[in-house]
Amino acid sequence: MQGLLRRLERAGVSSRSLVLALPYLWLIAFFVAPFLIVLKISLSHTALAIPPYKPLIEWTSRSVLEIRLDLRNYLAMFSHRLYGDAFLNSLKVAFLSTVFSLAIGYPMAYGIARAGARARGVLLLLVVLPFWTSQLLRIYAWVGLFKANGLINSTLLSLGVIHQPLTLLFTPFAMYVGIVYSYLPYVILPLYANLEKLDWQLVEAAQDLGCRPWQAFYKVTLPLSRNGILAASMLVFIPATGEFVIPTLLGGPNSLMMGRILWDEFFGNRDWPVASAIAIVMLLVLVPCMMAYLSIQSRGSDA
Amino acid sequence: MGHRSAGEPWNDPDARPYVELRRVTKKYGEFTAVDDVSLKIYEREIFCLLGASGCGKTTLLRMLGGFEAPTAGRILIDGEDVTDVPPYERPVNMMFQSYALFPHMNVEQNVAFGLKQDRVPKAQIRERVAAMLEMVQLGEYAKRKVGQLSGGQRQRVALARALVKRPKLLLLDEPLGALDKKLREHTQFELIGLQDKLGVTFLVVTHDQEEAMTLASRIGVMERGTIAQAGTPAEIYEYPNSKFVADFIGSVNLFEGRLVEDEPEHVRIASEEIGGTILVGHGISSAPDATLWAALRPEKIAMSLGAPAQTDNVARGVVQDVAYLGDLSIYVVRLPTGKLVRITRPNLARHAEPVERDSEVYLCWDAASPVVVTR
Repeated sequence: MQGLLRRLERAGVSSRSLVLALPYLWLIAFFVAPFLIVLKISLSHTALAIPPYKPLIEWTSRSVLEIRLDLRNYLAMFSHRLYGDAFLNSLKVAFLSTVFSLAIGYPMAYGIARAGARARGVLLLLVVLPFWTSQLLRIYAWVGLFKANGLINSTLLSLGVIHQPLTLLFTPFAMYVGIVYSYLPYVILPLYANLEKLDWQLVEAAQDLGCRPWQAFYKVTLPLSRNGILAASMLVFIPATGEFVIPTLLGGPNSLMMGRILWDEFFGNRDWPVASAIAIVMLLVLVPCMMAYLSIQSRGSDA
Repeated sequence: MGHRSAGEPWNDPDARPYVELRRVTKKYGEFTAVDDVSLKIYEREIFCLLGASGCGKTTLLRMLGGFEAPTAGRILIDGEDVTDVPPYERPVNMMFQSYALFPHMNVEQNVAFGLKQDRVPKAQIRERVAAMLEMVQLGEYAKRKVGQLSGGQRQRVALARALVKRPKLLLLDEPLGALDKKLREHTQFELIGLQDKLGVTFLVVTHDQEEAMTLASRIGVMERGTIAQAGTPAEIYEYPNSKFVADFIGSVNLFEGRLVEDEPEHVRIASEEIGGTILVGHGISSAPDATLWAALRPEKIAMSLGAPAQTDNVARGVVQDVAYLGDLSIYVVRLPTGKLVRITRPNLARHAEPVERDSEVYLCWDAASPVVVTR
């Protein structure tokens, strides 16, 4: 090992660049390579075969190298309104879920950060606890609550609040409840980490200088927790855009989401090229979001 | 110094206090942080609350700022009861120990924050902020981010931010605590100058007795939630009312004893610790059999190799330790009884008569020097 390192060093490869190479190799193997595979499939032609697409690059009989890029997979997305609608709907659902999650998660994170040291540990544990059971199971639990003869309806009926069971399951409402519920820990944890570091004397200083409590919150706490809010938003927005399980189980057949369509193209139609094209387009939308987030965050840390 | 030229309103029974605490108590569960404190502070004073950590001085300060509500008692500022007034409506500003500068704003925005909050017209804000920054010598730093400032500069931004609102009372929590020694000395005098110029009443909390002595018109020494003694720095130093105060401010030699001669003009205390009696040149009021302590400051004891002329207030001993501090030297003298006495002597001449370790010396002091405390 020592000898190998020394020989590498003589060849101009320092041990520092070896250490740096590790994460790069990881990213190439598990991010760049799969991405290239998906990109390749998205440009291939569909076929009834295994795998269900034709190769991109082929030696034909006349010893000619043929490269066929099938752009129809991408064009299909523009020719059918379905895709565009699903895309917009996905973004809308992801956006609203992010807003709702922040609206519920911020006060919770704030409360935990301001709680006593002992209560804090218990509260954080309660936030993380649902992770110990499968997400699928927890979503099925919501199905049980929302069903026509589920817990919510039967309770309301027996109390006489309603006389007909409410339609809860397979509604946008049920879907948003499911998404917000599932992603709430991802909102609370980064916000808590951020708020926990906040110097509460700054809030007192703001009050001392004439701010009512809500003004102090708006002018000091909120701007200083900006990075936490951004991180939390990304952690909800990005996975919610491609969310598949929750819209299917709670939102029902009418919830048109990109994740759903991707699933149908891939497993239903066995149209891998179109499914891959959808995945690529989603990536093209989400990566700029991610980059905007990173640039805002780094600008924030300069301050 | 200006703040001391206003006379001594605390000795004038008709003077109107500017800040008044009336029997203020603060309890946290079973723990009493501030215990039945009454205090009057007068306009343009620099009043220092001095005490070790946990003595309740910060709690008292926070109650004046409105951040803690007293469990009992009233707080009045300029004749107005502010006990239940929230911090954002009090005519009081605070300079926090950590300075609590807003990291997402530059120097100018920090200082303007309070004025904006009060909806002062824009032009006026600009003017007042610029004048204030000029006064604390930070004019060129207006656009700097807070994170780019040195400790001394941050301290001045915090001061400017609190003073720009022209509060009736400025609360300062360990204002010089985070500065190094040289800067601290310089800043002390700056603070006094600024206070004098603006005529704001200061309440300073500190654990540093030197800081309190330099800044204060009066000092309140705090011990376990109460004010053990309040008075001018000289009063506190020369006439401490208890062992605690005598020991807290400066250093002191305490000799335990009993009263053996009680005259209106003088008293004599027999102390086994000194192996004799101490003549005190003033009368005291005390029960005849009570235990007393004679407190004697190290610089008020003279030390000589030859026998002094006086017969009272003389003791003999052996020098056990000498510490040379440049401007003065500290000697620790062991008496035959085993008691250690601390003496300081200024090094007046460069080659003074040497008193070395293990020298046999005489100690003597004036009858006016000891202070008798009963607790």
